[in-house]
Order: sequence, then structure tokens, then C-alpha cells
Amino acid sequence: MTKISLGKGINAGLRAAMENDPKVVVMGEDIGKLGGVFRVTEGLQKDFGEDRVIDTPLAESGIIGTAVGLALRGYRPVCEIQFDGFVFPAYDQIINQVAKMHYRSMGKLRMPVVIRIPFGGGIGAVEHHSESPETLFAHVAGLKVVACGDPVDAYWMIQQAIASDDPVVFFEPKRRYHEKAELDESVPPALPLHKAKVVREGTDATLFCYGPMVKTCLQAAEASLEDGRNLEVVDLRTISPLDLPTIFDSVKKTRRAVVVHEAPYSLGPGSEIAARVTEECFYHLEAPVLRVAGFDTPYPPSRMEEEYLPDLDRVLDGVDRVMEF
Amino acid sequence: MSESVPGIAPEVFAPVEAPVSPPQTSEEVEFVQLLTPEGERREHPEYSFDLDDEAIKGFYRDMTLVRRIDTEATALQRQGELGIWASLLGQEAAQIGSGRALNSKDMVFPTYREHGVAWCQGVDPLKLLGLFRGVDQGSWDPRDNNFHLYTIVIGAQTLHATGYAMGQQRDHAIGDAEQGEATIAYFGDGASSQGDVNEAFIYASVFNAPIVFFCQNNQWAISEPIDRQTRIPLFQRAAGFGFPGVRVDGNDVLATYAVTQQAMKRAREGSGPTLVEAYTYRMGAHTTSDDPTKYRLSEDLEHWKLKDPIERVRAYLTRTAEVGTDFFDEVDAEADTIAARLREGCLSLPDPSLTDFFDHVYVEQTAQLAEQQEQFAAYAASFEGEAH
Ligand SMILES: Cc1ncc(C[n+]2csc(CCOP(=O)(O)OP(=O)(O)O)c2C)c(N)n1
Repeated sequence: MTKISLGKGINAGLRAAMENDPKVVVMGEDIGKLGGVFRVTEGLQKDFGEDRVIDTPLAESGIIGTAVGLALRGYRPVCEIQFDGFVFPAYDQIINQVAKMHYRSMGKLRMPVVIRIPFGGGIGAVEHHSESPETLFAHVAGLKVVACGDPVDAYWMIQQAIASDDPVVFFEPKRRYHEKAELDESVPPALPLHKAKVVREGTDATLFCYGPMVKTCLQAAEASLEDGRNLEVVDLRTISPLDLPTIFDSVKKTRRAVVVHEAPYSLGPGSEIAARVTEECFYHLEAPVLRVAGFDTPYPPSRMEEEYLPDLDRVLDGVDRVMEF
Repeated sequence: MSESVPGIAPEVFAPVEAPVSPPQTSEEVEFVQLLTPEGERREHPEYSFDLDDEAIKGFYRDMTLVRRIDTEATALQRQGELGIWASLLGQEAAQIGSGRALNSKDMVFPTYREHGVAWCQGVDPLKLLGLFRGVDQGSWDPRDNNFHLYTIVIGAQTLHATGYAMGQQRDHAIGDAEQGEATIAYFGDGASSQGDVNEAFIYASVFNAPIVFFCQNNQWAISEPIDRQTRIPLFQRAAGFGFPGVRVDGNDVLATYAVTQQAMKRAREGSGPTLVEAYTYRMGAHTTSDDPTKYRLSEDLEHWKLKDPIERVRAYLTRTAEVGTDFFDEVDAEADTIAARLREGCLSLPDPSLTDFFDHVYVEQTAQLAEQQEQFAAYAASFEGEAH
């Protein structure tokens, strides 16, 4: 057992995947000698060489577009997008090419491509460095979208994403890169890639969250105890496809739900969960499904991000509202 | 003129020192030509055509057949059997010359107009119709013929090709001009303005990927002329990216063959990318949806008809190689047979079922999608037996 940070967990997961399969190549800007701006790929180039850990030109469409070609050739590219707000030059390649290749070829071609995106706010960065664009990918048929929320998941989920024959957009909560947990690599992963995880059992309401909000929601659940509330916390882990059975089971148990995400409020993952829960669990609900989310504004200058981001108080306020019904 | 552009100060239109030389017209720029429009062989210091007259007869046959396939597809569109068709009329030499220069292990990434290259790679012409008829989005298996699916998003495939070539490189499949592998990416002059194409040039260059960028400069991107895409001849751009560029007479099948062959050899042996600009002309409309009389002069077309890629080969074969009319008649008859088969095949392409297409979204189907598929299938089944 070693204590490992979320960032190091992904690093170890990448390393394991590269050792297991010589077809895995890692590519992106600054990922070689520097080890990425967040050091997630640190040491990989030294050990696997420049042909497998590819420092690319500074061209995002090029990163994904060439990954398409590498995948067609039998490789399993893992692309790093340096920051969430810089994925858009590659958006066409992701949604028109990566996502659709299997469909267009009527199942003959596969795109085992992983697109790693450090996402979310809270690090005091300048604009374009704190976005939560997961909905824009989750809406695209052909892509699978996941977000890791803790170091152990980070270690296993990245390997599962690389092993997936479908393309996976892999969101990493950048402000949690330094959170630590015990990792025992010899214990196989508890869950497959597209399963949600009940990270805290509770009875009174469920907080659905993923990525950076998992920690926030766990803190909120602890704080709620003071008010005599026992909250369940579900780390969704997978945004597309959603693990609906786990979501429904939890709602049927607690009868109240709050979805928490940094992504803008309208048409975000919370909207989909609320709709699904309403369709499936209508008679179990004591209250409408509520959302605590980012606002429908661009991500603000960082001096205001504490107000923009759902924090403990905003989550607790959401819980208050859902309990009032 | 300046007054007619609101919001733009007239001085913007004041004469300025041009940052580059003014656009050059076609005829001013040298290109590699080995067979003149009159059907006479030419020598070139760097490129030579070293196949015999039998091979040239083969090229004639290829070009004639693909032109016939193309006209038949256009006719099918006119009769409502295809939603749209992108004709290759006028570009036969560029496609057959380059296509025949490929080895069996080379990989092709086309746009949506490379019916002639598909032919060279052995893709059943009928399979090209699916996309345009709307029954599929490319039903051939790209691995069978080393011919990737058609790509509609302009320029996107040049990056795929570059990545594929980087894979060939990583597989150590290069190093020998004949036994090695390389990739060829096709695109148009309009595509040369796309970011992806420029990114592909950069990736190919810095990684020294085994790739040939084959630009068919047919001088039009729908209604936009070449001077809306560039101020310099396109092949000259390669220099700025650090690899050679060459302009070839795109209506000369001998020259496109020789130039492509040399570029592919370079790539296979590990010497990196080449940009080939095949200077040609789109004799038809952009697609069947388009009306070229709105934006170009009929004199231009007349001018280019004199440079027809097939006629010059025929002239050569007749005059110099003394090929008799029997040969041409046979090829014409073969073309008619193929066209008839294409027509028949097109009409009997089965209509697809939406239910089946749910299966192709993911390798590992999601529960949600499986549910939608089931619901849709049940809904569709509820209409069965009803008259439409
Ligand atoms: C990214 C993108 N923008 C616009 C279009 C619409 N479009 C289809 S073909 C075309 C012109 C392409 O011209 P060119 O690259 O010269 O190729 P050609 O069709 O002449 O062979 C355009 C604008 C498209 N398919 N993709």
C-alpha cells in the first residue's frame, strides 16, 4: 500500500497501461521532458521513449486528428489536452471523427482513443483554464465521458478507459490532483468504468456529484450531520453513459436528490439526471430533483470563482431546499 | 469601390505594397508534364515515365471506365436515385496516375471525390454510391483495400493520414523505397486553407512522417476560385513547412504517375513528406447541387476541354503507339457494361433500417441506447402491415 495523489494515480495508471500494451501511445503538449503542465506524465518519456510519449506541436486538432490515424493503424492513443478551454480547436476532430468513426464505418473501425482533459475551477487561473465542458461531450453520440474523483479511481479508471474500444473523454479534476489516498495496486478495481459509486451511504437525500465536487459533497454530508441529516453521496464517475440503475436505487431509497456540478446550470448533467429520475422514480420522490451548479455565465475571473463554484454552503443550501418539500 | 464597404475606412483600399507577389496565373508556373495535350511525349530532367505502352493502355482504360462510372452516377442523381454526387470529371489523370503509383501496402485517405483512386484500390464502384444515395456512410472496409472512408469535413482526413503514417513509422514499416509503406492524403485547393491541413503539414514535417499530400487543385472550391485560397502557387507552401513541393500537370496521367511514384518512394524510404499539387480543372459542377454557370466563364471550360486528360492519351496511343480502334471500342464496351451494372446495383441497394444503426454507435452498447433501440423497434413494428 502506498499513499498516492490523484495526479500520481493517473501517472501510475498510464505507466501500467503502457507496460501492458506496446500499442498505447501518449501524446500532447509538453508531456515529454516536462511531464505535462500538471506533471501527470512525468517520467514516462524517459522510460518509454519519444516514439511512445510524443511531445506534439502546439496544435490541438492535430493531436486528435493524428490520434485518429494512429488508432486506425492499431494504436491506442491517449491524448492530453493541456486545459479544458483549449479542447475546442480539436472539437471538430473529436465529435465528427473520433465519435463517429465506428458508426460511419458500420462497426468496422474502432477509435480506442482516450482524451484526457484537466477540468474545473478553483485554482486561481486565468480565463480558459477552469472550464467544465463535459456536457458538450456527453451530448455527442459515440463518445463516452467519465470523470475521476479520487486517486484510486484515477489509477484504475485511466487504465479502463485505455482498454475501452470506444473513445473516452476522461475528465480529471485539476484542483484535486494533489489529494491523496491509499492505493493497493494488487487489489483489482472495485467497479467497471461505467458504474457510479455510492461513496457514502445515507437515508435522507442523495447528493449526485463527480470529479471535483465529490470531496465537496462528502464534506457537505459530514456537515449535515450537525443538522441531523444523513446524506448519501453518489460519485457518478461516468457521465455518458449515466449509470441509471445506481442513480434510481439511491433515489428510491432516500427519495430526495440534489445534483452538484461545476458545469453551468442549464442543460448540464443535472438536467438529464433530473429528467431521468422524474421519468423513472416519480412516485418515489418527496421533492423535485434540485441542481446546485455553476451559473449560466462564462467562467468568471478567478477572484470571483469562490462565489461561482458550488461550495459547502451552496450544497447545504440545496439540501435545505430539497428537505423543505 | 471602397465606399461600398460599410465600416471599412477607404484608406484600407489604398494601394499597399503587396506582401507577396501578385497571384500568378496558371500558365506562368512551370509544372511537370510528360505528355502534352496533343499527345506528345516530353522529357523532364527529374521525372521520367518508365512504363511501356501496355501500361499506358491500362491508364487509358482506367480513366475511361471511371469517367463512365462518374457519368452514370451523375445520371442516377438526375433521376433521383442519388441525393447528390460529386463528379470527378476532368480529374481522371490526377487520380489514376497517382492511384496507380501506389503499392499494395500503401494507405489512402480520400476526400469525397476520389472515385478514380478508389477504382485503383479495387473498391467496388457500387460501394461508392451508398453515401450519396443515403443508405450508408461508406460500406467498404477500409482495411480490405487500404482505402479509408470518404471524408466530408474538408481537410480532416489529412490529419488522419498523418497519424496513420506516424503509425507506419512506429511499426518500422519504412526504410525501403519499394518494400516500405507510406500514406497518401488527397484534398482540394479549398482544403489548403483549412487549419487541419496546415496542422497536418506541421505534424508530418516535424515527425518526418511517410506521407504524400496530394492536392488536386481543380481551381474551384464550390464557387470560390483558387485566388480566394492563396496568393502563391500551392506547391510552394511546402517549402515553408520544410518539405518539398512539386506541381504536376494534373491532366497528364504519365506525369502524375511519375511524380507520385517518386514522392511515395521518398516517403517509404524514410525521407519524409512531399506535397504534390496536381494542377487540373473541375470540368463539371462541384456537385450535382451546384450551378457553375453562376460563377465561371464558359470560355474557361472550353479552354480546358482542349487539355482533356483522356483525349491526350488516346491521341498518343493512336498516333505514336499505333493502337487500333478495336482497343478503344473494347474499352467503351467494357465501360457500358460497368455502367449498366452500377445502375442495376444502385437500384437494388437495400434500404437500411434505422434499428440496425443503433448497433454501430458504440463497440460496447450502452443500456440507454439499447433501450431506445428496443423502443424504436417496437414502435416501428407497430406499423407493420399498414399501408404507407
Ligand atoms: C469544414 C467544411 N467546410 C465547408 C464544407 C462545405 N464544402 C464542401 S466541399 C467544399 C469545397 C471544397 O473545395 P476543395 O477543397 O477545393 O475540393 P473540391 O471539392 O474542389 O475537390 C465546401 C466548402 C465542408 N464540407 N467542410
